[in-house]
Amino acid sequence: MNEPTVTLKVTRYRPERDSAPSTQAYTIPYRQDWVVLDALNYIKDQIDGTLTFRWSCRMGVCGSCGMMVNGVPKLTCAAFLRDYYPHEIQVEPLQNFPIIRDLVIDMSDFLQKLRSVKPWIIRETEKPLSEGEYLQTPQELEAYKQFSMCINCMLCYAACPVYGLEPAFLGPAAIALGYRYNLDSRDQGRKERQPVMASHEGIWECTFVSECTVVCPKDVDPAAAIQRSKVNTTMDWFKSVLLPWGER
Amino acid sequence: MTTRKTSEPLWWALFSAGGVVAAFLVPIHLFLHGIAVPLGWVSADVTSYERMRAVFGHPLIKIYLFVLIALPLYHWAHRFRFTLFDLGLKSLRTSVAILCYGAAVIGTVATVWVLWLV
Amino acid sequence: MNAPTAAKSRLYYPKMPATWWLRNRNYFLFMLRELSSVFIAIFLVVLLVQVAALARGPEAYTTFMRRLESPGWIIFHVVALFFALYHSYTWFDLTSKVQVVRLGGRQVPPPLVTAVNIGVWLVLSVVILLLFLFV
Repeated sequence: MNEPTVTLKVTRYRPERDSAPSTQAYTIPYRQDWVVLDALNYIKDQIDGTLTFRWSCRMGVCGSCGMMVNGVPKLTCAAFLRDYYPHEIQVEPLQNFPIIRDLVIDMSDFLQKLRSVKPWIIRETEKPLSEGEYLQTPQELEAYKQFSMCINCMLCYAACPVYGLEPAFLGPAAIALGYRYNLDSRDQGRKERQPVMASHEGIWECTFVSECTVVCPKDVDPAAAIQRSKVNTTMDWFKSVLLPWGER
Repeated sequence: MTTRKTSEPLWWALFSAGGVVAAFLVPIHLFLHGIAVPLGWVSADVTSYERMRAVFGHPLIKIYLFVLIALPLYHWAHRFRFTLFDLGLKSLRTSVAILCYGAAVIGTVATVWVLWLV
Repeated sequence: MNAPTAAKSRLYYPKMPATWWLRNRNYFLFMLRELSSVFIAIFLVVLLVQVAALARGPEAYTTFMRRLESPGWIIFHVVALFFALYHSYTWFDLTSKVQVVRLGGRQVPPPLVTAVNIGVWLVLSVVILLLFLFV
């Protein structure tokens, strides 16, 4: 059988018997059109049913299959085997997160942070239903659209060394999400988000490494969101210091 | 609630201003004072004591020098503070911040003092 | 099946090594960028000392300028210049991505903003050079 093959070195961690993660190698058939996710599913179906990993849409919109492929955070449904073949491919769980089992990480911290920026339209004054919906021009939509494209895949958290060093850091996706709502013309909630966004663990922890933007599969550019938030918050700060009577 | 609670915006603003000054002005001055003049590429009339004293003693030049020297010190302080965190000194958070910004403040005072004397 | 009978599974917490910035090219370049501020600061202190020597008098000034001629200081300044140029380039590149510049309702593409910044830097540098030499 002269079928071409490729070897995947996959992280295994079984908390019921392992004290630390280890690596297991699997040699599988190489298919030109396969992605790493296909390879993992082949392993699970044909070789080792105990291998545990998250996935869903397999087309880059659900954000479930994020893992480290050769040390780079990637959606495994978008990482083609042919870009690595014939070399070995290292598949590890997303960096900077606690590992539950094998390639599955604990995302509860991430979810809590998403919630903390109040990612919903906040109004000071609500319009009655009879007055209809909140209208928005195409230009107003453009202002925040890019930052609304996040699929919560957490690749940016895996890429961010600040998050790795300081788990309390709010992080790229959460800040970009808060910024998205701050920019939404229908929203009036920026002040409500500031205690979290403009805290020490919020935007000010970021040192603009920019790796989050590099790895984002949806071109959200969280680094830009964070820096622009810094600019806006700083201007507010100077206004509040130099013109204190302007404060409500 | 206000964002005044944390002083981070102030240090970040100084960091940004210092970064702009450093980006636009430092390379040419580095080249002139650190390389061209010591290597003798500039004629002695330009680098003579009398001329340098006259130029650097001019009030407008002094203001320029203050901006050139003092602001990037805050740029360094802010960047260095976070670099120390990135290299693992998170536990000494407050002391590192005080040391870095303190050094920049001392540098600013020294700059004012020296420029006063020229 | 209700609640799991076993104790809660142990999460594994990976440690971030202090050498994390050697792990990939972008992290390393980031560190170099941050380090550039150190070289710039040292140069500015040296410049300040030079001005102080000016204030002290001709002998102090001449002694100081002679020190700057030593190979060690020349090498320092050459290295510092590379770092300063790296700072300038990364600064223009990053600020163009952060500060959205609008002209006539459309966004100016960041690479163009960077190029304009570099142009301004060139002009400023030449102006300063000419002022230093001829004023």
